[in-house]
Amino acid sequence: MIGTRTAALLRPLAIGSALLGAPGAEASSPWQDPYPSTYQAQTAAPVLIRGATVLTGTGARVDRGDVLIVEGKVAAVGHDLEVPAGARIVDAHDRWVTPGIIDIHSHLGVYPSPSTNGNNDGNEATSPNTANVWAEHSVWPQDPGFFTALAGGVTTLEILPGSANLFGGRSVILKNVPAVTYQAMKFPGAPQGLKMACGENPKRVYGSRNMAPSTRMGDVAGYRAAWSEAEEYLRDWRAYDAKLKAGGKAAEDAKPPKRDLKLDTLAAVLKGDIAIQMHCYRADEMATMLDMSREFGFRIAAFHHAVEAYKISNLLAERGVCAAMWADWWGFKMESNDGIEENIPLVDAAPGGCAIVHSDSEEGIQRLNQEAAKAIARGRAIGLELPPERAIRWLTANPAHALGIESRTGTLEPGKMADVVLWNRDPFSVYALADEVYIDGVLQYDRAHPPATPRSDFMLGQPASTGAP
Amino acid sequence: MSARFAGAAAALLGAAAAAAAPAVLLHDGVVHTESARGTLQHASVLLSGGRVVAVGPDVAAPAGATTIELNGRPVTPALFGGIGFLGVTEVSAEAPTNDGVLKLGQMRPEFEPALAFNPDSNPVQVSRADGIGFALLAPGAEGVSRGAAGSSLVAGLASIVPLDGRPPRPPAALEVVLGSESMHLAGESRAGAYMLLAEALEEARNPAAATTTDAKLLSAAGRRVLKAVVAEQKPVIVELDRAADIRAALEFAARERLKLIVRGGAEAWRVAPQLKRAGVPVVLDPLDDLPDSFDQVGATLENAARLHAAGVTIAFSLRTEEPHNVRKLRQAAGIAVAHGLPWPAALAAITSVPAKLFRAGGEFGSIEVGRPASLVVWSGDPLEVTSLAQLAWLGGGRVSLASRQTALRDRYLEKVRAGTAR
Repeated sequence: MIGTRTAALLRPLAIGSALLGAPGAEASSPWQDPYPSTYQAQTAAPVLIRGATVLTGTGARVDRGDVLIVEGKVAAVGHDLEVPAGARIVDAHDRWVTPGIIDIHSHLGVYPSPSTNGNNDGNEATSPNTANVWAEHSVWPQDPGFFTALAGGVTTLEILPGSANLFGGRSVILKNVPAVTYQAMKFPGAPQGLKMACGENPKRVYGSRNMAPSTRMGDVAGYRAAWSEAEEYLRDWRAYDAKLKAGGKAAEDAKPPKRDLKLDTLAAVLKGDIAIQMHCYRADEMATMLDMSREFGFRIAAFHHAVEAYKISNLLAERGVCAAMWADWWGFKMESNDGIEENIPLVDAAPGGCAIVHSDSEEGIQRLNQEAAKAIARGRAIGLELPPERAIRWLTANPAHALGIESRTGTLEPGKMADVVLWNRDPFSVYALADEVYIDGVLQYDRAHPPATPRSDFMLGQPASTGAP
Repeated sequence: MSARFAGAAAALLGAAAAAAAPAVLLHDGVVHTESARGTLQHASVLLSGGRVVAVGPDVAAPAGATTIELNGRPVTPALFGGIGFLGVTEVSAEAPTNDGVLKLGQMRPEFEPALAFNPDSNPVQVSRADGIGFALLAPGAEGVSRGAAGSSLVAGLASIVPLDGRPPRPPAALEVVLGSESMHLAGESRAGAYMLLAEALEEARNPAAATTTDAKLLSAAGRRVLKAVVAEQKPVIVELDRAADIRAALEFAARERLKLIVRGGAEAWRVAPQLKRAGVPVVLDPLDDLPDSFDQVGATLENAARLHAAGVTIAFSLRTEEPHNVRKLRQAAGIAVAHGLPWPAALAAITSVPAKLFRAGGEFGSIEVGRPASLVVWSGDPLEVTSLAQLAWLGGGRVSLASRQTALRDRYLEKVRAGTAR
């Protein structure tokens, strides 16, 4: 079910050199991120995890298997692997190893703990189209939720703007490492996404202000108007690029169109450099969005909160769009009223289906393995075969695929980032705990040796977190 | 107020239906009785006339009884669904489907959301399908919003609601909001909450003390309710998290002679000795581990284990009042076990303990001879996320585990199988 789109997704974000103020041939200038990643994995000694039940994320399971990590990469998965010089050896008999968990839908850092007005930075709910905002500019790296998510095995997460707007803004993919700046967490070379939202939220937020959209048809009219404008913007820039390329007088007289940050984002989507991460609950609305993606020629990577994905699981699979889902949330608003616990297994059951377990929650992100376990149980009860090696992809390889980072992480294939979780037992259990979590081969969480001081500056020196008053 | 709920006719109707059912022997399971008998291996449960008539290793099926082989599967009392809005909220975001909060801008302790309880509500069905048999329907609190009145920090009366179609039981507790949640209902200071509550209690004790020039806080009915809560030592559930607030509430309760139950209690582990000394139980959410507010900086997944080790009585409820996913409570109980709570204490925290705390122990929370059948057969460990409820008896009778969700599942499962889900 994992397609071959990754190469396209990992292409540098060539929005158009001219758009970014650097004249030259559009295709030949890779996009320079103005807020570049400064993340660099520390160097760590090789690690050999021995004798574990290994779920590789590719659909394979290796019993009594070894996982070798060298220079931050997965070097090998197999039996009786040779011990490299200086390697740390971890006896993992009766324990399980999986790829690091990837949460495709998180608001850690933008809606951090504690939830105060001062740090409430997730929704720029001032216009239905805020395609110009970037979630990363709201991320507070001191959110204590990053560490509790790490204890749940989460190594990579996509931070999204909220869902108040039709176009919420650009997402950012982070590695779950301690940092003072978000740039030092930013997944190197990962593409950005564009958060869009269907349904009730935009129409409630703006309808209540007597603004558009106030209906679902208003939602769709709002998207289409913006795409239409983006098409024109892209045309203008391409015409400008063509004049520059032509040289001579035409190039000398060429005047660049005025740069518009909203349209920059939408144009990058139309050019295929940014994929859509779409908040969309209802089956009929997802189908509308699939038609719209053909009307304007853009790609939807995943529908998030796809509570009704089970109703159209064949359609989603045929169109190569993932569904990111909760195991059992439902009923909090009308568009979630038809949620069922078999949603994830029914999306997975469609040939080619791409099911993802997501959190949207600082609590849920701590135990995505258990969310998947609930879905496994419901799937088996309706006769679906769901071995753990298949289900683990819902929280590793499949989200990596939808985020365009599947060539880098999400499985334990040799050469990939050594984002690895060692569990104390079968992870699909309420009693499962992550014993060790590695990010790029570095041991970032060790349950047996908790950090002497909290990772978050906010938690540091707090009397309440340390003992009796 | 309780006379309305005695519901003699309804109860008899249910009992009659259950009594007509043939005897059922649940044979050879692991029976978690939640009574003095503890957990019984290779045990059977005989149900007849809507009641448990025998529990133990050597129970024979009487003539005409149906035997269901358990093959070692666990049997537990039907589970507690926590404190919240089961039966009074259909869709949270749709105001006309919500009856849990009284927004008159007045202190009305006499408010009973149980009067709005709808046993046909979908969240009730869905919760029952996961083995939940009873919950505490408690009023909520909300501040002023968009010019509309808010509620009061004295939210009203809470009642146990059976999830088998029977009406709510008489009110079991008074719900009061203290701590930071109360501030918008108490002049923007948590200290104001104690002031208002003390004045209301004084007014209830001595209505004449509120002179004609004083604005009265309570109606006549409200004064009667508050007075009775104190006189009858009915539990007062206070929503609190911060250790200092819990200490303040304990002192307040001692002064005013209130029987407290702390709800929330994210930092309760820090005042465990004081809670133990005062005999005050804590109804906590085992999932709390982040400082969602400045009241919860000490939140930890070990809260349940530490309180239990200190001898404090604990029960579980999710923090949210939303009723849709209260089935997550047994997962939360399992998580408490993963973080150090003994397994039996975790099961007790979602069965016998809340049943007793809210005065429904004669009917819910244990499997004992003479009690109405209220139990669930599980596919495996009931605290494990991969286990499912397979059979359930509530109020003496077998109940269906079907819901609108299983109907939706069955409709679309066929389409996915046929490759036509599009």
